[in-house]
Amino acid sequence: MTFANRLRNIATPFFFGVAFLAFWEGAVKFFNLKPYFLAPPSKILSNFFDNASRIWEAASVSGMNALVGLIAGTVFGVAMSFILSRFRFLNSLITPLAIALNAVPIFVLVAVLNNMYSITSEIPRRIMVSLVVYFIVLVNVAKGLTQVKSTHLEIMRSYAASDIQILRKVRVPNAVPYLFTALKISAPAAVITSFVSEYFGGSQNGLGSRITSNIANSKNAAAWAYVLGACLLGLVFYLVSVVLENVASRGNGATNNTNK
Amino acid sequence: MSAVHVAGVSKIFNQGTPKQVDALVDVNLTVEPGEFVSLIGPSGCGKSTLLRLIANLLEPTTGAVTVNGKTAAQSRLDQDYGMAFQQAGLFDWRSVAKNIELPLELKGWDTEKRAARAKEMLELVKLPEFADLMPWQLSGGMQQRIAIARALAAHPPLLLMDEPFGALDEMTREYMQGELLRICAETKTTVVFVTHSIPEAVYLSNRVVVMSPRPGRITEVINVNLGENRSEDTRAADNFFAGITAVREALRGTHADHANAGAIRGVEDR
Repeated sequence: MTFANRLRNIATPFFFGVAFLAFWEGAVKFFNLKPYFLAPPSKILSNFFDNASRIWEAASVSGMNALVGLIAGTVFGVAMSFILSRFRFLNSLITPLAIALNAVPIFVLVAVLNNMYSITSEIPRRIMVSLVVYFIVLVNVAKGLTQVKSTHLEIMRSYAASDIQILRKVRVPNAVPYLFTALKISAPAAVITSFVSEYFGGSQNGLGSRITSNIANSKNAAAWAYVLGACLLGLVFYLVSVVLENVASRGNGATNNTNK
Repeated sequence: MSAVHVAGVSKIFNQGTPKQVDALVDVNLTVEPGEFVSLIGPSGCGKSTLLRLIANLLEPTTGAVTVNGKTAAQSRLDQDYGMAFQQAGLFDWRSVAKNIELPLELKGWDTEKRAARAKEMLELVKLPEFADLMPWQLSGGMQQRIAIARALAAHPPLLLMDEPFGALDEMTREYMQGELLRICAETKTTVVFVTHSIPEAVYLSNRVVVMSPRPGRITEVINVNLGENRSEDTRAADNFFAGITAVREALRGTHADHANAGAIRGVEDR
């Protein structure tokens, strides 16, 4: 990509974003919209900087829940996918269940989990995030471990390779790009689940609960400032997962080929 | 001791079910060390099945397969043969050199010995400067040459090939045929080669085994010895065309036997 192309790729969405914000600001002024109906971007931004330390505090609580859940869910998901790829009959039992659970908004389960732990505990939220991440990682990594080229398997068998050797030299490397795809999907999902699970009670310390409480107090601009913080946190998670993927696949054709 | 000995072998898939397929019936074949033998025939004649029986990737329903005087199973465990397929089947996450080292890794060779052998094999297939590239950076013909280098890395006495040049364009294909002959002469490797192409079989082989479907069996074995020093001129020589005609007639025979217009489908005349 040339420098001019890269500049155009950045410039186009940037100017669109600026124009959109200007239109928003103008619309609020022009129609004289009340602040409890829609706050202008300028007020949201000043609110964001005024409350930066509080937003940072809330973001660390939600972010920590998302991170712990993301790591736990990934670890359990990878472990389970190994077990599933080894015992095919389990695969036919669990995969449909995993897909079905992915189709329903299972984060409402946090309401049930909240009843099981003390009111100030972060554990129900973290369990909820891990559950969401777990199924995404499980389905993807299991696919990577089992969907191996038949030529590769025949070649390994012609070398009299054992199941363990086939696992180490073919299945695991084949599953690596699938793991990073799963991480790219589950990183934003972890953040969203972390916010939403704060709507179901528990400590009022994270970004999700701050948004609801500010709206309840008609502090519209403050609520938007916390929304901005939430967007930034989600963006950070996504970008880190993209960077991780690039580092892992550097000089490796695996991702190139799955994209073809 | 023959390199490959197939005695009274039958292979029946889904035996006793409505989907029963008689892939091979009463097949006998002996391949001598240093020989180049092609298996040719229409789709469904069992040529790939026969290759996989020799490789012990399949077990015969009846009969016995002997490779280098051992059972097929024992020679697979001893890695007495290398194998190449239509898809090069290189591993995308390994460099070219590491791909060639794979069979040696599985044999437990140490790093230095493996690297030395990979270098030697890359020189054999004339791609020494590509050692550190990834497979997807190579052309199809180069990938196939690396696959041959990998198949021969452990210096097995036997090379089994299943339409290895089937996905290549005509020019690359003829170049690869010349390279394969050179490599096999240098390494004194016995080859069993499955193909759809009559000229390819005639150009490469000492003997062409003609097979026929439903049930899969050997109908004729044709001697086509075009001599040690085959070159591009060989492709214009009279005995080359005589060989092509002989194989074509043998394949027509399998066609007439069954009065089935579809029987020679899948055999290319090029």
